[in-house]
Order: sequence, then structure tokens, then C-alpha cells
Amino acid sequence: MPKLVSHPDEVRIISRRFGTGAENIDKYVELDGYKAAQLCIEKGPEFIINEMKASGLRGRGGAGFPTGLKWSFVPKNVDRPKYVLVNGDESEPGTCKDHLIFLHDPHAIIEGTIIAGLAIGAKMGFIYLRGEYRYLLKIMEKAVADAYAKGYLGKNIFGSGIDFEVVTQTGAGAYEVGEESALMESLEGKRGVPRIKPPFPAVVGLYGGPTVINNAETIASVPHIFLMGGEAYAKVGSERNGGTRLFGISGHVEKPGVYELPMGYNLKKAIYEVAGGVLGGKKLKAVVPGGSSTPVLTADELDVGLDFDQMGKAGTMLGSGGIVVLDETVSMVEFALRTISFYQHESCGWCIPCREGTDWLKKTIGRVYAGGGVEKDLDNIKYLAENMMGRTFCPLGDAAAMPTIGFIKKFRHEFEEYVRGNAGVSPAEHDAALVSLG
Amino acid sequence: MATEKRTIFSPELAARFDRLVTLYPVKRSALVPMLLYSQDEVGYISPEVIVELADRLDIRTNDVESVLSYYSMLRTKPVGKYNVQVCTNISCMLRNGYGILEHCKKRLGIGHKEVTPDGLFSLEEVECIGACCWAPAVQVNYDFYDDLTVEKMDQVLDDYQAGRGKVTV
Repeated sequence: MPKLVSHPDEVRIISRRFGTGAENIDKYVELDGYKAAQLCIEKGPEFIINEMKASGLRGRGGAGFPTGLKWSFVPKNVDRPKYVLVNGDESEPGTCKDHLIFLHDPHAIIEGTIIAGLAIGAKMGFIYLRGEYRYLLKIMEKAVADAYAKGYLGKNIFGSGIDFEVVTQTGAGAYEVGEESALMESLEGKRGVPRIKPPFPAVVGLYGGPTVINNAETIASVPHIFLMGGEAYAKVGSERNGGTRLFGISGHVEKPGVYELPMGYNLKKAIYEVAGGVLGGKKLKAVVPGGSSTPVLTADELDVGLDFDQMGKAGTMLGSGGIVVLDETVSMVEFALRTISFYQHESCGWCIPCREGTDWLKKTIGRVYAGGGVEKDLDNIKYLAENMMGRTFCPLGDAAAMPTIGFIKKFRHEFEEYVRGNAGVSPAEHDAALVSLG
Repeated sequence: MATEKRTIFSPELAARFDRLVTLYPVKRSALVPMLLYSQDEVGYISPEVIVELADRLDIRTNDVESVLSYYSMLRTKPVGKYNVQVCTNISCMLRNGYGILEHCKKRLGIGHKEVTPDGLFSLEEVECIGACCWAPAVQVNYDFYDDLTVEKMDQVLDDYQAGRGKVTV
């Protein structure tokens, strides 16, 4: 069972019910559960979208798109069925926040899904969990069954005359399926390859119908916005970044864990105070701030607020909120190799710049790591990565290229050491380095 | 529909599939879950599974095969009774995930995607399993073990060896 952590600086909104037994529907109701859904039924779609816009909630999957605005893009008068799709395919290395939501507060996901459905006029929602999360799927399935039994889902929910169905779905192992259009393909029973945009899912999505796709954490935040009021929720965060976020701090820290901090919270403080500082009192070398696809920050770049805009200004991204801390002992070349090996393994092969680019990056970085690299390899790594950017259907190409560019730009001296033979590894380590995932 | 037909699945799973296909606007949406649940029961995706799923969903067998080959959890060969999946992605790597993997290799005497001769264990190095803050983490079949040390890993393997391990399906 994943350990829960806490720190006085936390503002517990989404995690408020963690550890209280709220996976039980009666407990959830006792803790203000399903009040927000009933309020939204009473007030209607316009109210919902206005409150969502006022809340400043931005997509927690990584892109940070304003949720209320996303919902407002769904056309009102269409005769095709509309859908809500909850993305719980959580697979970005460094990210394990949705894991805790599914475990401790599954009804918040259901309630958020109902509210999203009310906002856009959908009659059906899907909650998609990655295949590895079987025990969490069981918790989710039970929560859905309990909600049906109480009349919160199905025909005439809460006696309102409105129908809303929810279906849970399992994946079967694929990072790419976390991308929204690939997710729809997977849910339609196909290979998880991305669709070209436009049309955007809000217009043509699942089964060709207008679809809202939100990350599980985004959806779980929704009921709280209506319990607090949109404006009050916005005030908790920073400018244009409403509310709180679940930050997963992992790697070389004393107290790794998922902490709920207000948007805009200082990254350095999050590492040194909230997560107890670097493990074993070692020196910090680098931080991957928002899941493995976000460009690395060096030790002297950490005085920055954790929100979408401030992280963007700092040359990186808030991403999925997965903060990975690296101490002074880490070889950045090895770390870069492990990162690109992941993207090479997970590239779905649909777009050539990503399929070929990730493979050549892995080969080139692998050669440098093995001590057989030449100076020109370092320019090639940068050139290859830069030419993948923006040239693929989905962001996986960028997700592989961005961190690679970051590593080679900020830690080029380490790559150079390997090329000059000052940091080579033994043949045995070389074999281990060529990650054998097949 | 298929209840009166011949099926290779247990009556429980066949009934589950009968219901599953009715939940979606399009039957084919049940394919990925059906593949995974078939694998849980049969041990892998056999040619017979492919034929029956294609039949149940009114699609071609090569449609099933094309989906099957995409997802990393799906396999066409049996694995050990306990499939030990060691995460070595970044957060686990920083917390000795490779040490855990090496230890498992040594103790079980097998490498990546291999099975012990008695068929009890198989080993796999896997990508991020979503337990980064509790690294290093391992999954045995569907069960998570986190915050591992070599000693704790031994305990986990001992438990499965003795038939006391947890099994979630």
C-alpha cells in the first residue's frame, strides 16, 4: 500500500479525503460527497462552465489547458451523442498522483465525471485506467456499482430526470495511450495511435461524437470547485493558475511522496522543506520538474514557482507534477540514456520522426555512454532532437526530444567527459546500459 | 449471445464477456479489456483466444492480432505463474531499481522475459508502473510491492515460492 505523507504547507483539497475510507460511498457522502453534482444539476450547464472558468483550473495531465474553456468548446446543438472521457492512463515516469486518487477517493472521479457530463450535455462517461492498475480498477468498479445502486448513476440520477452512464475501462500497457486521441483509439478497441488534429475531440471525438477528455486529477478537482466556489478555488493558487496540485516528489529526497501544494509553490522549498531535502545530505545536481518529458533544471535554477506560466518562463514545464530529484552521484549521460530508452520503447511508430528519432537518439547516447562516442555525436544528439520537435501527430516526439535537448545543453560537459574517455564504463556496465526492454 | 455457443472460456468469464460487449456504443470497444481478461484466465493470448474474440466482436482475426501486438502487457506465450516485473525507470533507477533487477536475475537464474524451468517465476524489466514516490517498485502479476530493498524483495519471492503470495486478478 503506498505510504501517505503530509507537511504543514500542504493545502488539502483533492487529497482531503485520502486515508479516511472515502472509497466507501456512505463515507464519501458524509464528507460532502455528491453535493456538488446535485448543485450542478440544479444550476445547469451555464453555471457549471462559468464556475469552472472562474476557478482557473488548468489540465493536470501536463498541457495546462483551462478546463472550463475546454468544456465550453463542445458544440451545444449537435445530434450526435457526446462523451466524457477520464484519462487515468497515468504513465509518465515520475508520476503517481492518480494512483492515490483512484485508491482513496474514487467517488470524486465519478462525481467530477457527472459534472463534466452535465456541462456539455453528455449522457455517458468513460473512466480509463492503465492496465497495470488492476487493483485500482477494482476499487473504481466497486465505486461505480455503488453509485448505480444509490441512483447517482444510471437513469434519472438523483431523481433529476437526467440519465448518465459511467463505464470503467482498462488499458493493457502503452504510454502512448495517455495521449488523448490515442486514448480514444484504444477505447474504440484499436491500436493506440494518435489522430491528426483538427478536428479536436471537443468537435469530433469518441465514436465521432463531441468529447471532453480530462486527466483524472483534473476531474477529481471538479467537485471541490463547486464545494468551495470557483473564485475561492482560484485564490488558493497563483495568477492564472487556480487551486492546488498533487506533486509527486521522488528520487533522491528524504521524504518522497505525493504532496498537495498550492499552484505557484516554490520548487526549491518543495524539495528542501516539504520533501525533507536531498537524501543522505548529498548535494543536489539536477531536477526533472514535471515528469520525464520536461526539460531538466540545474541546482541553481530551482527558485521558481510551481505553476504552468512560471515553469514555462524558466524554460521547462510543470507537466504532470512529477518532480524527480537527482543527487550529485548521478551520471547525466546514464540518466539521459534511461530517459530516451523509455521513449524509444514507447514510441508507437506511427510518425517517422518519433519512431526513427527516438531510436537514433538511444543509439547515439548509448554509444557515448559506452565510451565509444565522438565529439560530433553530441551535436548530432541535439540536431536529431531539435528536428523531432513539432513534427509528429502527437506530443510523444516532443516529449522525447525536449528532455534530451535539456540534458545535452545543460550537462554537455558530462557528455564530453564520456567522449574523452574520462568517464567510460566497463563492458559489463555497457551491456546493462543498453536497456533490454523488447 | 455466446452463452449457448461453444466457448474456450470458463462460464464466468464467458458471461462476463457477454455483458461487457453490451456496455459500449460499439462492441469492439470491449476488445482491449477482453484480451487482458482472456490472458488472465488462459495465461496468454492463444490462437483460440484470438478466434473466439474475433467471433464475439464480429471483427477479423487480424484486427485482433493487430491490437494484440500493440499493448506491452499482452503476450502470445505463457509466462511463469508469478510474473515478476521490475521497474527500472528514472525514479526507481535512482532508488536502486537496477540493483533489485540484478538480484532477481541472480536469485531466479533467469533474464528479461525468461521463465524458470519449474514454470513458477518469470522476470521482466518494465517501464514506469506509477509507483514513483514509493520506489523502487515491483509488480508480481497485478500486485504492487514498493519501497523495496534486496532483503524485502527476497521476502516477497519467498512468499510466492511458498504459495503464500498475494494474488489479485
